Amino acid sequence: MSQSPALAAERHPTTPARRGNANKRRQNRAAYLFILPFFLVFLTMLVIPLMYAGYLSLFESKLIGGEQFAWFANYIRAIQDSAFIGSLLRMGLFFMVQVPIMLGLALLFALALDSGRARGAKGVRLLVFMPYAVPAVVATLMWGYLYGPDFGPLAQVARAVGWGTPDFLSAGNILGSMMNIVTWEFVGYNMIIMYAALRAIPSDLYEAAEIDGAGQFRIAWSIKIPAIRPAIILTVIFSIIGTFQLFAEPSLLNAIAPDAITRSFTPNYYAYNLAFQNRELNYAASIAFLLGIVIAVLSYAFQLATERRERRALTETETPS
Amino acid sequence: MKKARKTALALVTGAATVGLVLTGCAPSGGGDGGTTSDAITDEQREEALNTPTDLTFWTWVPDIENEVALFEEKYPAINVTVENVGQGLEHYQKLRSALEAGEGAPDVAQVEYQYIPSFVLTESLLDLTPYGADDIADDYVGWAWNQVSPNEEVWAVPQDVGPMGNLYREDILSEAGITEAPETWDDYAAAAKAVKDETGSYISNLGATQAGQMIGFMWQAGVQPFTYDGAETVGIDVNNDTAKEVANYWTELIQQDLISVDTDFSDQWYQGLANGKYAGWLTAAWGPIFLQGTAESTSGLWRAAPLPQWSAGEQVSGNWGGSSDAVLATSENPIAAYELAKFINHDEESAMKLATEQFLYPPQLSVLENPEFIDQESEFYGGQQVNKLFADISETVDTDFQWVPFMEYVYSTYEETIGSVVAEKGDIAAALDEWQDQLVSYAEDQGFTVE
Repeated sequence: MSQSPALAAERHPTTPARRGNANKRRQNRAAYLFILPFFLVFLTMLVIPLMYAGYLSLFESKLIGGEQFAWFANYIRAIQDSAFIGSLLRMGLFFMVQVPIMLGLALLFALALDSGRARGAKGVRLLVFMPYAVPAVVATLMWGYLYGPDFGPLAQVARAVGWGTPDFLSAGNILGSMMNIVTWEFVGYNMIIMYAALRAIPSDLYEAAEIDGAGQFRIAWSIKIPAIRPAIILTVIFSIIGTFQLFAEPSLLNAIAPDAITRSFTPNYYAYNLAFQNRELNYAASIAFLLGIVIAVLSYAFQLATERRERRALTETETPS
Repeated sequence: MKKARKTALALVTGAATVGLVLTGCAPSGGGDGGTTSDAITDEQREEALNTPTDLTFWTWVPDIENEVALFEEKYPAINVTVENVGQGLEHYQKLRSALEAGEGAPDVAQVEYQYIPSFVLTESLLDLTPYGADDIADDYVGWAWNQVSPNEEVWAVPQDVGPMGNLYREDILSEAGITEAPETWDDYAAAAKAVKDETGSYISNLGATQAGQMIGFMWQAGVQPFTYDGAETVGIDVNNDTAKEVANYWTELIQQDLISVDTDFSDQWYQGLANGKYAGWLTAAWGPIFLQGTAESTSGLWRAAPLPQWSAGEQVSGNWGGSSDAVLATSENPIAAYELAKFINHDEESAMKLATEQFLYPPQLSVLENPEFIDQESEFYGGQQVNKLFADISETVDTDFQWVPFMEYVYSTYEETIGSVVAEKGDIAAALDEWQDQLVSYAEDQGFTVE
């Protein structure tokens, strides 16, 4: 919707062709100059390390015997590595359970704030967003204390009420506890993205809907949510990336629940442990590379699926008219 | 002036020696073997210590600048930069990265005993025998020296050790009718039951994932879980019969709920020590001071004793923790670097400072025999001479204990195999088998010959 004017401008360049060429070249040069700093940093900090990691991942190194070129031996080992596959599946489960909850809450908050009916909306917005400003390290330490079975306030309350001592840090519960931490951390962030998209909807749409007799819920369902679809898709893609890259939470929870957080709890944490505890740097590089591929494929697949659905929806609405 | 002349003299003698060697007229004969001709002469040492030199020293011992200052005072030409790059694993990661990168590694680095073999494997440590390290061997407790010198080479200078003992709450134990520290492990199990029944406290806590403590118990029982020949052969034997006996002992106590299995060094655990949830702590010689800071409110209620024994009348212990200072092979000033490592851990004043100011438990006989140290009475332990007790224990630690050159892996798989079983009150002995399998297959994958 908002893209169409820009597209139109591109299709019909308004500048006269000949004068435009010189002008354009100068503009192009300026543009290149502007992106040069970014490009340099991008190249040295991302592309080169990435290529180096890819290069490393093709070697096999042993404590005795040193390094030798091994083609894709590490990758073959990785796809047969139950620890790696297990960590990916665990994150898959994490994604299926935690992300809908987190995004659902974020959407709810965003709609509530946008409706303008909630009192103290500014204060609430800040409160919901605040956890995002707390570094993941601090957040995990804080929750680690809250979860503590003996002196954690949650356990104390549960005991006082007579529910016994819930063990948030046991091997069976730790995934849920971690979902809770991540939800708490990122609800605000996702809410802000959705809220910003909501603010961009022209208010005359609401007026028209109200004239047609739509209530607030109907407006939210039929206008607001479809209108911020791109923003929601964006948050889902961010969540795919974020989930599969979880690192700070498991590595810190490992200190207080070392028996529940295994070395391969998340793919990233596994790669880290491989590199620094097993001293299998090359294998770790191939795990990291594979993880990147998995994330890219999932994100792309999700985008493709939503685009296709959108197109189908469009054709469906167009055919009757 | 005097210094300059000395340096000049050293240079001349140095040059003369080189000349002689080059012309093949080195005074041979007299049975001078290869090692002695490599040995650093007094002149070379003198020269090195009087040449302005910058040394870097990586350690996480707090306030070690004080000991370093003594060194700098004695050798004003040498300037030492102390850097703390993190504790434990973080420190080793940075050290390995620097070594791998080929630059940025320090001259001297703190290395815990169990990690020495891993640096020997990568040829990162300097053999200190040519620098005269053999001469100070007798100044340390025997088993500690074996830790830095399992074969002929000397890889580091011992800094501190952790012979294990038993710290317990006298008040809680006597409430349960136990007036003396349990002498044998059987007594300890009986006491555990009495304490739990009478007071509700656990007699102590076994850190579920604390490999150091369990390995210490194995060490005491005479288990030799690891061996390493300094080259490509390792021995891994974590699931032999003796090890399983130790494991079964703990499994039983844990399953009867007489020993708790909280993660140690966690908030919960600190509180447990302070509020009597645990009536004791089987720990190392660095434990007594550590505990004073953690459980201040219980001052005067604690006592220290040797570990319970497997057979009555015996006196053996294991070790848990402790560090050494090693000179890295990449150091450009190896002589001065060795002198620093040696001075910090050998000079009487410096070693005494480490023991009484940083409270590192000393392996140096000079400190262990110093009345100022061992006669110290500790109020926290009801006026007991705790240092003396641990000095006696230190002499009962088995001398031949070794490590494999991949202890990071050993510890992390311990967490996964044993730790999770302990936490779930399962069969520890069975978990030892799994641990053994994982260790052996890793060692083989890494190209070691496993015995």
